[in-house]
Amino acid sequence: MIFEGTVHKYGRDVDTDVIIPARYLTTNDPAELAKHCMEDIDAEFVSTVQPGDIIVAHENFGCGSSREHAPVAIKASGISVVIASSFARIFYRNAINTGLPIVVCPAAASEAQAGDRLRVDLGAGTVENLTQSKEYDAEAFPPFMQELIDRGGLLKYVKAQLVERSRS
Amino acid sequence: MGSTITEKILARAAGRDEVHAGDIIEAKVDLALANDITAPLAIAEFEKAGFTKVFDPARIALVPDHFTPNKDIKAAGQAKKMREFARRHEIVNYFEVGRVGIEHVLLPDTGMVAPGDLVVGADSHTCTYGAVAAFSTGMGSTDFAAAMAWGHVWLRVPESIRFVYSGRPGAWVTGKDLILHTIGLIGVDGALYQAMEFSGEAIRTLSMDERFTMCNMAIEAGGKNGIVGFDEKTTQYLQARPEGSRARTAGRVFASDDDAEYARVLEIDASAVPLTVSKPHLPSNAAAAADLADVTIDQVVIGSCTNGRIADLRQAAAILRGKKVHANVRAIILPGTQQVCLDAIADGTMQALIEAGCAFSTPTCGACLGGHMGVLAEGERAVATTNRNFVGRMGHPGAEVYLASPYVAAASALAGHIATPEDVGAGKGGPR
Ligand code: SF4
Repeated sequence: MIFEGTVHKYGRDVDTDVIIPARYLTTNDPAELAKHCMEDIDAEFVSTVQPGDIIVAHENFGCGSSREHAPVAIKASGISVVIASSFARIFYRNAINTGLPIVVCPAAASEAQAGDRLRVDLGAGTVENLTQSKEYDAEAFPPFMQELIDRGGLLKYVKAQLVERSRS
Repeated sequence: MGSTITEKILARAAGRDEVHAGDIIEAKVDLALANDITAPLAIAEFEKAGFTKVFDPARIALVPDHFTPNKDIKAAGQAKKMREFARRHEIVNYFEVGRVGIEHVLLPDTGMVAPGDLVVGADSHTCTYGAVAAFSTGMGSTDFAAAMAWGHVWLRVPESIRFVYSGRPGAWVTGKDLILHTIGLIGVDGALYQAMEFSGEAIRTLSMDERFTMCNMAIEAGGKNGIVGFDEKTTQYLQARPEGSRARTAGRVFASDDDAEYARVLEIDASAVPLTVSKPHLPSNAAAAADLADVTIDQVVIGSCTNGRIADLRQAAAILRGKKVHANVRAIILPGTQQVCLDAIADGTMQALIEAGCAFSTPTCGACLGGHMGVLAEGERAVATTNRNFVGRMGHPGAEVYLASPYVAAASALAGHIATPEDVGAGKGGPR
């Protein structure tokens, strides 16, 4: 998968409370959630985000609450991929589970500026900053996570496990 | 090479002789839980994937605690989805309003967690149960949906950081101060993906309630789980759970080997830890409460899954009894469970708090996440015994939250600004 989009840049420790504040968690409708995505850290985000755009942030992106509504809101807002120096543990799992592409790439994350155009090739594991003419290698997923992604996500994997178990 | 307690529990749950940090395992779940925010999303995923049966209706807990008693029509709709699912699948541990409590106080207190258990929850503070020497960790809704169907979970075995607390904590210093101080030392991602193992002579002196508080906040340092080794206090706590409960009848005791491998060992002199407050907007912004006397406040919240146990309310009452909350302050008590309320009635704690001018809530997360029952307006400031002070956490993004212990929160409620018990004339005292 290849994505190309404009960077929305944030710092470190972007928590899930600012990604989608708890006051909007009375629904799990992606479109509803997307209306308030990033509201408490960047009130302009919702009005400026374009389909395919890319969130870039420093360390510990998605820390705090386990709300899966956070990656759901980001994905529904039109963001194609999130690049960060590191991700908080639960957010990392949730992003994989909800099909929000994420990339760990500290060099690309620290050098990208708001408004830069990036090209991300998930298959090749590369991030290209078209504005700055630079290319970076992203961290590969651990093999087990790659297997989950390849099998179409956790619930498909679990279904296959259960079928296997009932046969044996 | 020896193993840590976390590795031993995970090896048991994975049915292996041993596992080590970095291994990916599929482990059996002893208890899986979710709440009225995370369960509806999990139920939708569960049904969308075509699952029709949960792995074991007795090993799932559904706890409507966040927006209940229903705060508005939308929240009522979410709670209804969860209730109907619970009925359809005959979930044994569904707790209706009137019996419900804040999940991380309720589940251990009703005896649903035994030592050596593996607990996963669609709530980040599931790490709380490490206080009974169990492995417990937070996940998202899809992971919970998978656990409900499968009864298993995949995990990467974490490395452990061993925190060794020496000395005796000073006057009024509690487990909350130790954990806020610790997060201040290592940062909000200082234990990312790792187990936080709390040990040392100071930990042995802490009550179980304080140990729950410390494990509860492991996630605020990015930790996968917090854990305290088993001792006499653990036994006493477990023996006091309801007869026939898992805590009384099940479980296995594990301990870290002397030659277990740690990513890091951190020694902390507990006698030098001050009364600690975390300033906005990160739990790692720790400062000495004594240095923050110029911070005036509008609200105090005492309770939540971090400090909503009976010992916490007793600590607050010890400071507030016979005095009056400052005229400019709204003090709100969020007890953890109905049992906590009953205990607070029985020994006069509730009366002391109400007479001091506190509002006593039903058990709910409420104000802790800016949900209801105490949402902050723009520019307002609160001292809270909760666990997060992120932007917008308790209401308007322009509001501020300072995290503290029940003693400091109660003293601040009297003073109208951040204060220590000694500042409000409480002398030298504390939990021990
Ligand atoms: S009390 Fe607060 S931190 Fe604890 S479970 Fe409820 S919302 Fe989460």
